[in-house]
Amino acid sequence: MALAKHHRVLPGFGLSLGYTLAFLGLIVLLPLAALAWKASGIGVAGLLDLLAAPRTQAALKLSFGGALAASLINAVFGLLVAWVLVRYRFPGRRLLDALVDLPFALPTAVAGIALTALYAPNGWLGGAFDALGVRIAYTQLGVGVAMVFVGFPFVVRTLQPVLESLDREMEEAAESLGARRSQIFARVILPVLLPALLTGFALALARAVGEYGSVIFIAGNMPMRTEITPLLIVQKLEQFDYPRAAALGVVMLGFSFVMLVALSLLQRWSRRWAEPSS
Amino acid sequence: MKVKALLVLLVLSAMLAVGVASARTITLLNVSYDPTRELYQDLNRAFVAQWKAQHGDNVVIRMSHGGSGTQARSVADGLPASVVTLALAYDIDAIADRGLLAKNWQQRLPDNASPYTSTIVFLVRKGNPKQIRDWPDLIRPGVQVITPNPKTSGGARWNFLAAWGYALQQPGGSEARARTFVHALFQHVPVLDTGARGATNTFAQRGIGDVLLAWESEALLAQSKLGKDRFDIVVPSVSILAEPPVAVVDANVAKAGNRAVAEAYLEFLYTPRAQDIAARHFYRPRLAQVTQKHAGQFPVVETFTIAQLFGDWRKAQAKFFADGGVFDQIGPGSQPAR
Repeated sequence: MALAKHHRVLPGFGLSLGYTLAFLGLIVLLPLAALAWKASGIGVAGLLDLLAAPRTQAALKLSFGGALAASLINAVFGLLVAWVLVRYRFPGRRLLDALVDLPFALPTAVAGIALTALYAPNGWLGGAFDALGVRIAYTQLGVGVAMVFVGFPFVVRTLQPVLESLDREMEEAAESLGARRSQIFARVILPVLLPALLTGFALALARAVGEYGSVIFIAGNMPMRTEITPLLIVQKLEQFDYPRAAALGVVMLGFSFVMLVALSLLQRWSRRWAEPSS
Repeated sequence: MKVKALLVLLVLSAMLAVGVASARTITLLNVSYDPTRELYQDLNRAFVAQWKAQHGDNVVIRMSHGGSGTQARSVADGLPASVVTLALAYDIDAIADRGLLAKNWQQRLPDNASPYTSTIVFLVRKGNPKQIRDWPDLIRPGVQVITPNPKTSGGARWNFLAAWGYALQQPGGSEARARTFVHALFQHVPVLDTGARGATNTFAQRGIGDVLLAWESEALLAQSKLGKDRFDIVVPSVSILAEPPVAVVDANVAKAGNRAVAEAYLEFLYTPRAQDIAARHFYRPRLAQVTQKHAGQFPVVETFTIAQLFGDWRKAQAKFFADGGVFDQIGPGSQPAR
């Protein structure tokens, strides 16, 4: 029975796998391999020097710390927005729904300039915050604002289909069994949403880490304070220092890879949690 | 008779056909930096008309604009530029390092291969409320200075070197004095945009800072576009002569077979006609007669060149702007050793 034939819905598994591998190789792996190859020019000692530089560390801290904070904010508020858009019917809902995608469509430079205009001390919001003694544009806070903006759609769009397919009878059953609202949310809804929420979080995170166009307009780009890692890469390129630029790229990739793997492990764990004792 | 007439007609029409066919179309790609967009639109129109009148051929000039360093990388990596017209010689040197053009490219055309120039001036808010007259005023308490980041902007490197050169040339000036002055100057810089236009935007639209260090051409453009009633231009006592260079990319014109046109195109930039167009786009012309005509626009300013104070761009780049160089030592975020 070892040779039991599997019947698949669509034929041609071999062909499609080959195609998948070839396409992934061409579009993703080949450029990454070229990056690693370029980076290898500086050697291990060069890489360690690069990593030890205070400016590199400050930029990495800002890029990843900022992205993490921004994606956490997006996870909370994205969930809220997705919930409202799916669960309630109100005039203008479709328009709001369409607005969610705007950060996807807007050229990042335009987004950066618009955000800066808004949050600069002479802007509408920036002026109000300035009166309270809070500076947003040209500070690390500004970097965070831009990162929230570009990552926001990911959380909403990954949560929406899951929310739509959520079985309301479960909530009703929980309610009739005497669960409080907070219990229903924490024990019934959240476990089902968690995998999608984590996916949205991971996507928003990845996007925020790599974001350049919108951030540089609002960041102020001061070394050691508001300089993101992609800007350091651009600075190396301006000096025609390809190996170090590539090395920084590899370092960012490495960090991102570790984070994404951790998130996918978390996701797997959350799925198990969502399906009570099989 | 009829046959003869027909024959004549045939020969004539054949000649005409040859004549039409010989009006070739020659394409040039000019890879330039950002603020020259409008300048080259006008220059190209004039050159195309002139070439058509003199040689009968149609020249099509395609343009590519972007940050000077980014553009240089594109050409070095294979963008088939016939000519490059960039913000500083270092960027063309980088292309020469790849063997795409002769290393002595800067000696192949007059005036360091820079047909037009500019200088670094101060753009201040109307009425000059902070009374900024010269370089030392920039480091007075309470004055904020806007300049892009020299690590990412070619224009900002001219700003940096202008400030350095000023301090160096003062009575009792020295490397140490220049270091102190430029370090103090960057203590007054609150934002480092990545490019010149970004810095202009920060200063003009966001209302940040009291003075913008800018190319004179950009300052005049900002004034004419955003309103004379909003900004004044202050010309310092001494400044740097910014020489944006041009060069034919040998390897690319050899491949495309359009060297003659490419060379004529760059030589055209030195003619009175082109010099006048440059002046109207706020670049200082090289020709004295054209300068005279636009004298009202370009106040006399004492300038120094890269060659006079720093040797050449390669040396300046290595000393000041390379990783760990002077800018990294004394710029924002640094802890300068005393």
